[in-house]
Amino acid sequence: MPTIVVEVMPKPEILDPQGKAIANALPHLGFTGFSGVRQGKRFELTVEGEVTEAVLDDAKRAAAEMLSNPVIEDVVAVRVEED
Amino acid sequence: MSEQDTDTAMTTQQFNIDTVDHAASTPEIDQPWAELGLKANEYARIREILGRRPTAAELAMYSVMWSEHCSYKSSKVHLRQFGEKVTDEMKKDLMVGIGENAGVTDLGDGWAVTFKIESHNHPSYVEPYQGAATGIGGIVRDIISMGARPVAVMDPLRFGDIDHPDTKRVLPGVVSGIGGYGNSLGLPNIGGEVVFDEVYQQNPLVNALAVGVLRHEDLRTANASGVGNKVVLFGARTGGDGIGGASVLASESFDDTKPSKRPAVQVGDPFAEKVLIECCLELFGKNLVEGIQDLGAAGISCATSELASNGEGGMHIELTNVLLRDPTLTPGEILMSESQERMMAVVTPENAEAFEAVMATWGVEYSWLGEVTGDGRLVIEWDGETIVDVDPRTVAHEGPVYERPYHRPSWQDTLQAARFAESAAAAELPGDAESLGQALVDLMTSPNMADVSWITDQYDRFVGGNTALSQPDDAGVIRVDEETGLGVALATDCNSRYAYLDPYAGAQLALAEAYRNVATSGAVPVAVSDCLNFGSPEDPEIMWQFAEAVRGLADACMELGIPVTGGNVSLYNQTAGRAIHPTPVVGVLGTFDDVSRRTPSGFQRWADGQAIYLLGTTREELDGSEFARLRGHLGGRPPKVNLTAEKTLGEILINASRDGMIDAAHDLSEGGLAAAISEMALRFGVGARIALDELCERDGLTPAAALFSESQARALVALPRSEELRFTDMTTARGFPALRLGVVDAESGGLEVTGPFDGESFGIGLDDLKQAWSQVIPSRFDAVQNATEAVRTEQ
Repeated sequence: MPTIVVEVMPKPEILDPQGKAIANALPHLGFTGFSGVRQGKRFELTVEGEVTEAVLDDAKRAAAEMLSNPVIEDVVAVRVEED
Repeated sequence: MSEQDTDTAMTTQQFNIDTVDHAASTPEIDQPWAELGLKANEYARIREILGRRPTAAELAMYSVMWSEHCSYKSSKVHLRQFGEKVTDEMKKDLMVGIGENAGVTDLGDGWAVTFKIESHNHPSYVEPYQGAATGIGGIVRDIISMGARPVAVMDPLRFGDIDHPDTKRVLPGVVSGIGGYGNSLGLPNIGGEVVFDEVYQQNPLVNALAVGVLRHEDLRTANASGVGNKVVLFGARTGGDGIGGASVLASESFDDTKPSKRPAVQVGDPFAEKVLIECCLELFGKNLVEGIQDLGAAGISCATSELASNGEGGMHIELTNVLLRDPTLTPGEILMSESQERMMAVVTPENAEAFEAVMATWGVEYSWLGEVTGDGRLVIEWDGETIVDVDPRTVAHEGPVYERPYHRPSWQDTLQAARFAESAAAAELPGDAESLGQALVDLMTSPNMADVSWITDQYDRFVGGNTALSQPDDAGVIRVDEETGLGVALATDCNSRYAYLDPYAGAQLALAEAYRNVATSGAVPVAVSDCLNFGSPEDPEIMWQFAEAVRGLADACMELGIPVTGGNVSLYNQTAGRAIHPTPVVGVLGTFDDVSRRTPSGFQRWADGQAIYLLGTTREELDGSEFARLRGHLGGRPPKVNLTAEKTLGEILINASRDGMIDAAHDLSEGGLAAAISEMALRFGVGARIALDELCERDGLTPAAALFSESQARALVALPRSEELRFTDMTTARGFPALRLGVVDAESGGLEVTGPFDGESFGIGLDDLKQAWSQVIPSRFDAVQNATEAVRTEQ
């Protein structure tokens, strides 16, 4: 069954406390090669049957209106993954 | 926040910098002053002050500092009354008054207390969770800036109609935001208010109060003194938060790749704030800072100009030293950014090393920005080029002041003439046992009287182990000194329907209720902080409401003998031309020599048979009441203000607490006697029997008025029979009415009310009442909250 993957990230200019916490923890655990971390979230929307344009549009709308908070987050990707 | 980060500090970006020299030589350049919210006369004034056009960075500073929010330009002329209408007696315990980050009051034993209330209305409407969260963060930093340890917060909240979709969107986010930030900080949330009224639709009011305690010697203020002392910015990095308006300054940049839209909201990080609190307290303890200022609205613009103008000289800053989260920020944006969890301090060169050691201990990032100078100028450089050169006082204190025109609204007389007694609803007042009983149940299950524990249970009320009372008691009580039990009590109140009917009296009634609540808990009221939420000051009718409310509040403070020590004004609370009701929220602080003598608000299970007394006089005052509102009526005049009676009532309640005479006390306010007796019974599920006959006869009342009138200066108390004589002797000596209304009945599990009405008595089972009363809010918000939580946990 095809899956639509939606990726949401905090807007680049917005503080990301979780990412910051991870970035601060990394060097303590020996990971010294990273200068920053931003943490977002990924949704997998399972589709019964074919992913038509209409289904994809629905996913984009859901991503913009429900899966993300447009005030502080951006939808950075909505794409189809066949399994 | 490791040292590594500090080393990899931002690299200087190449901007087309608008220097002071450039500004002087290019007077004709068009500047976006209107987009930044300045008026033509204000822009002209800036040019006059500087003798040239402002640079882009100066324009940014003036525009934010001269905004209504920062400059109080419409309200200043009225707020002066809070400083003028005071006596020496009122100032006796006042260590710091209005004008600083928060007022400070002496508590005795070398302790002092500081508290303040602020609004975060608009951000909470745009982004409920972060708006409410950063509201807590901001007010807590105001408290830290005074040298105090924050010990508790409170949140007076006002939303639209409980069933409106907008309320469903805003309320759960606001409540989670307050809980999320406050709980993470480890600060108990000890009370506040929750009010639903359609006037707040699309204009919710999210006010936040914080209280802190300090030893006298730790007191700090925001001033930069001592030429040669160093200026340091510490805490979180500066990002593009909350500078929506500044994007018009992007023209000063060559860089097209920067984020095009700057958000007007800020995201908070409570754990960073917690570290900042502890770090600041260590700085104070080691006496390492000369002056300190938190960064809130207007960010670095505000902190530098206020610190410099409150000190004796000037300040010289290199802006490229600011640690950035987003290296594309322009100088103007850096000056305006409202990134959270930042502080600015002034440190002597000798203490610089010790200061850095404290930063290292707590893992807090910092950067030295410049130093205090003696030339009276605030000079800000960008990579060595001067981009700001101003007299800091003209930015921070000498902004525009407007004597806005105001007049009594044309509709005010009609509104006041529409008495409830003459309305259609009043013709069908409940008059028999059944309808009176039903009216009581309807009252207690209305959204404004319902159990708010669904909201307050999302806040930690007891963290820290010093909470002696909290919601639903009349006041929140916090112990300050574990040895002696020294402590403080706080209450916030405002009935905006009263203020709408009569802003002068309404503001006084807000004060009276908060005063009464504090006294009911047994504390001595000592200080006031106010959060004045109104519509647009450019509307002369709204401006009249504001002027009247301030005049009323200042007069009443004078009469009660407690000073306003600080507060906040929030204007332009209106949508589509419709303003909110005038909402002057008043917070009163009281002191306890020992919090263990606090008076709780409910009947105790072991108090079976105790006598219940009603203190004060009841009049037929249903105008503006919750009872009238439930019958679709709002008009007439609010209950009569009687501050002399409030004072006497306060003395009685405080003395009764001090002498251990009473075991429960609750003030009468919204919903009158019916609400007060129900709340006292619901508190611990312990019932009572009361009789209204004598009350109706003494005060000349119908049973409905006796139950639902909202006359002021009243309270209910419960006391052992062994104390009755001593108590009534005290009330008689003070000439204050006290009427034995009934007894606590721990066996019946219900309220029984008898009186001069058909059927003679009605009873209400507490279990049923509790079930209905406690389901009002969850039934609306459980589903919404669960959905939001589910999304949040997925992160």
